[in-house]
Amino acid sequence: MSAPSRATAGSDIGAAVKDALLAGVIALGLFGPLVGLRTEQNMRNEVVLELHWVTVAVIVGIVVVGRFLLRTVIWPALADRKLRDRPAAGEPGALRQTVGRFLPPAGLVFLIVYPALMLSLFGLQGSLKWVDNFGIQILIYVMLGWGLNIVVGLAGLLDLGYVAFYAVGAYAYALLATHFGLSFWLLLPLAGILAALWGIILGFPVLRLRGDYLAIVTLAFGEIIRLVLINFRELTNGSAGISSIPKVTLFGLYSFDVSAPNNFAKSFGLPMSGTHYKIFLYYLILALALLTAFVTIRLRRLPIGRAWEALREDEIACRSLGINTTITKLTAFAIGAMFGGFAGSFFAARQGFVSPESFIFMESAIIVAIVVLGGMGSLIGVAVAAVAMIGGSEMLRELTFLKAVFGNDFNPDQFRMLIFGLAMVSIMIWRPRGFVSARQPTVFLTERRAISGSLVKEGHG
Amino acid sequence: MEIFLQQLINGVTLGSIYGLIAIGYTMVFGIIGMVNFSHGDVFMVSAFFALIFFLLFMTILGIGTPIIALLLAMILAMVLTGLLSWTIERVAYRPLRGSFRLAPLISAIGMSIVLSNFIQVAQGPRNKPVPPMVNGTIDLMERDGFAVTVSYKQIIIVLVTAVLLAAFWYVVQKTPLGRAQRACEQDRKMAALLGVNVDRTISLTFVMGASLAAVAGSMYLMYYGVVHFADGFVPGVKAFTAAVLGGIGSLPGAVLGGLLIGLIETFWSGYFSIDYKDVAAFSILAIVLIFMPQGILGRPEVEKV
Repeated sequence: MSAPSRATAGSDIGAAVKDALLAGVIALGLFGPLVGLRTEQNMRNEVVLELHWVTVAVIVGIVVVGRFLLRTVIWPALADRKLRDRPAAGEPGALRQTVGRFLPPAGLVFLIVYPALMLSLFGLQGSLKWVDNFGIQILIYVMLGWGLNIVVGLAGLLDLGYVAFYAVGAYAYALLATHFGLSFWLLLPLAGILAALWGIILGFPVLRLRGDYLAIVTLAFGEIIRLVLINFRELTNGSAGISSIPKVTLFGLYSFDVSAPNNFAKSFGLPMSGTHYKIFLYYLILALALLTAFVTIRLRRLPIGRAWEALREDEIACRSLGINTTITKLTAFAIGAMFGGFAGSFFAARQGFVSPESFIFMESAIIVAIVVLGGMGSLIGVAVAAVAMIGGSEMLRELTFLKAVFGNDFNPDQFRMLIFGLAMVSIMIWRPRGFVSARQPTVFLTERRAISGSLVKEGHG
Repeated sequence: MEIFLQQLINGVTLGSIYGLIAIGYTMVFGIIGMVNFSHGDVFMVSAFFALIFFLLFMTILGIGTPIIALLLAMILAMVLTGLLSWTIERVAYRPLRGSFRLAPLISAIGMSIVLSNFIQVAQGPRNKPVPPMVNGTIDLMERDGFAVTVSYKQIIIVLVTAVLLAAFWYVVQKTPLGRAQRACEQDRKMAALLGVNVDRTISLTFVMGASLAAVAGSMYLMYYGVVHFADGFVPGVKAFTAAVLGGIGSLPGAVLGGLLIGLIETFWSGYFSIDYKDVAAFSILAIVLIFMPQGILGRPEVEKV
């Protein structure tokens, strides 16, 4: 009884060793030239090769050991767990249900007290980084994710050019505020309307397209808008961008400009600091993001929201039932774009500077990745994905202790996007349905129940 | 007339490069219905392979003739880019086959980020210029001081493209591998039932597409004499446009589309404005997809319930 099993185990180890060595050879072939022979410019600006064999040896070693462990330890363990968990599949566990119920209110409370928490922990200047780089940055992406979620998650229209609407909103605020001195509170809705208009203009020609084709055309539109922003120098100042965009005021009552007579800190006798403005911006983007979430939740219960979800599941059935797919698609594009426009004008006000560099395709890809990784259609999932991806990649900037390990010229910042990309691929393989894979139908018979994501075509429905 | 001829020559050269990349898109789309988003970056990595081996041969191994060094570098780049693409397919796409529609696309976008940033980390963020590999031009005609010239580089590019396309055409049309590929394209399940190793065929499709992209990468390096880690995106999108324009899934269509995109781009820069040449390419992509989604040589897609 034990002899054959030991024999198979032995051949398993043998196969795993062979497999690991093969992986090592492949790694050597790929990393050998690309890492081992680094092209560098010398004094005469000629490209010469520099040898880095130690790095290659380390990488190949990691690949061999990693592959061996994967074969002998990790895969069998995963297979065991899958076997054990089989009966529970299809129904989300009780723990997850509880977490799902308590996470939103707990998260909301945390978000509201977050700036105060950071202030008490790190002081006025120390908290700046935490509120700005982490709080505001993540919330912008949460809002963009929730906005795009309406288009991708609810209506099932894959939009790879969402950043175009973000750009429209940002440039609308930047241009109108610098040329006409209009206030943020007037321009915020205007930027949203302009972006929605662009959503309709760009949405109209692509009504007949679906799936990958739609994705590529929207990508093309996004790039066209960026290229026009670069080349239409008379209006947009080209690649140099628009600078000294006015700050947001506290509803026109108090200003955050240092020189203004009604400066916020001066009026209240507080110490002068940039942190006040950042905390104000934090609550502003939090409010905008919550508005997006609120509108999404309410729209899902309206006929138009149900039409979106029906469209996502089956367009032909949808049309057969008399739903006007043109209107349905255009409203999804317009409302998604409107929130992108809001976020854009906030972005312009926060940065004080916009240039086409901020609206490259990579931004669209990141937003789509957040929506898909979060579990399309799930607001909580999108928020979790934004925290993980954006917060995680901001965290990498902070890893200065690695300098002690790898020497002083080691810069963790340059690995940021590399790790971001690797995380995208691995999360997709680990959970193709995203973080939140349970779905809650809006329409149900007698009892509301979450179902597995694999039962619906895609998204939250 | 002279400008027209000159732009025609430049356009055909550029179009050959786009056509070679476009084949990779069209084959993968044909066989598994996926837009291989990282293909443009695979092309960029292949140009780096060619650059590294070219320098290795010229400076360290001491091969004196640039042409021979380039040819050897191109062959090595083809092999290693094929290996790279095989690995990517194995790691990032195969586990997602049969998953929901967006999963492979997101994985491919992630892979594209990984490739370009990996090259940035491993090879540095600066432009990489190479010494001119092939010099010399032939004057075809001259009138009013404007000479129409064709450079040896351009001749090499068009020749290499033509030879490789012929070889590739032979593989797809006449060999068992090509038959298996065409079978998988028509009906993967049926092909599997009839004994075609579907997984292996798909892997080899990725390898073939990547090898042709490596040829394009080497030619790109020779033609422009410089390569940069972010150079994959725009040629990638243009090659995808070419594949769509020619009719995605159709191999002659990819080459035809590549030539058309190359010609449109050079004529646009020659006669209108060089600033908006990328806008022209992207607009064509949008217009073709909206009004003629099946492309020039593609089959119309029938929507079934």
